[in-house]
Amino acid sequence: MITLSHFIVLGAVLFCIAVAGLFINRKNVIVLLMAIELMLLAVNINFVAFSRFNHDVAGQVFVFFILTVAAAESAIGLAILVLLFRNRSTVNVAEIDSMKG
Amino acid sequence: MIDPNLFQLVCFYAFGIVTVGAALAVITLRNTVHAVLALVLTFFSTACIWMLAEAEFLAIALIVVYVGAVMVLFLFVVMMLDIDLERVREGFVKFLPVGLIVALVMLVEMLALIGVRAMHAQTMGANPATAADQSNTAWLGTALYTHYLLPFEIAALILTVGVVVAVALTLRHRRGAKYQSASEQVRVNPRDRIRVLKMEAVRPVEPQATEQPAQETKP
Repeated sequence: MITLSHFIVLGAVLFCIAVAGLFINRKNVIVLLMAIELMLLAVNINFVAFSRFNHDVAGQVFVFFILTVAAAESAIGLAILVLLFRNRSTVNVAEIDSMKG
Repeated sequence: MIDPNLFQLVCFYAFGIVTVGAALAVITLRNTVHAVLALVLTFFSTACIWMLAEAEFLAIALIVVYVGAVMVLFLFVVMMLDIDLERVREGFVKFLPVGLIVALVMLVEMLALIGVRAMHAQTMGANPATAADQSNTAWLGTALYTHYLLPFEIAALILTVGVVVAVALTLRHRRGAKYQSASEQVRVNPRDRIRVLKMEAVRPVEPQATEQPAQETKP
């Protein structure tokens, strides 16, 4: 039998992998964006599981909204990234720390 | 005959292992294109896990919206940008220990919290959608279009703003390039371009024209 703990543990493991990814990929903005996507996915797994186990539709509705906002976020993030790469020719986080135009 | 519950559990572990393995690949792979493809695999196996939880609509939406649109956008950007792979990986080993420590401590803490709750393990029970005699999509849609109508509209607005912002950020006009101005083309008035002349169909006979043939015949 699958229990609620199975889903929550999977979400926790995914979230921790994403946090580790944020730490070890300090040079590449694209991988940072992907790590954020992984975090949102881990949260979504928890929402779906709680919705299913507590017989409440609100969890799945929230996953729907999170997917919407995450799609908009990644679209804008990638647009900023393209703009950044056009001006600086790099995706290195350490090199884009100045606010000079 | 295999016990359905056992089979479900085996499927969950299989999909879970693929998910975690692909997520590890996302953060460790050297090539960014491979990392995006690993992320696609992560999303796909997560959708399989949501299927096990009987959230069919969201599982399909995850594949269609995320794998079909967002991940393709990621691939597009990654392939468009010419990233120097050697320099990108420079700090990998330097940050590896601290990243591992933070992640492991967080994981242990979370597992401890989950373990406290797992003393009374909750099983899945009846599907609430089929209990209400409708599909998962109808169950979700009914809630979405009644109780959550305003948030739904706001979500649509957020997507529209996202589109406008993404275009506005990346649009640029190169200097010296030749463009067609569509608005100017539409606004043009025929009177500015064409001048219509009024003239008679037959030329009036001029007095000089009659003289000249007479001069020619003289010699």
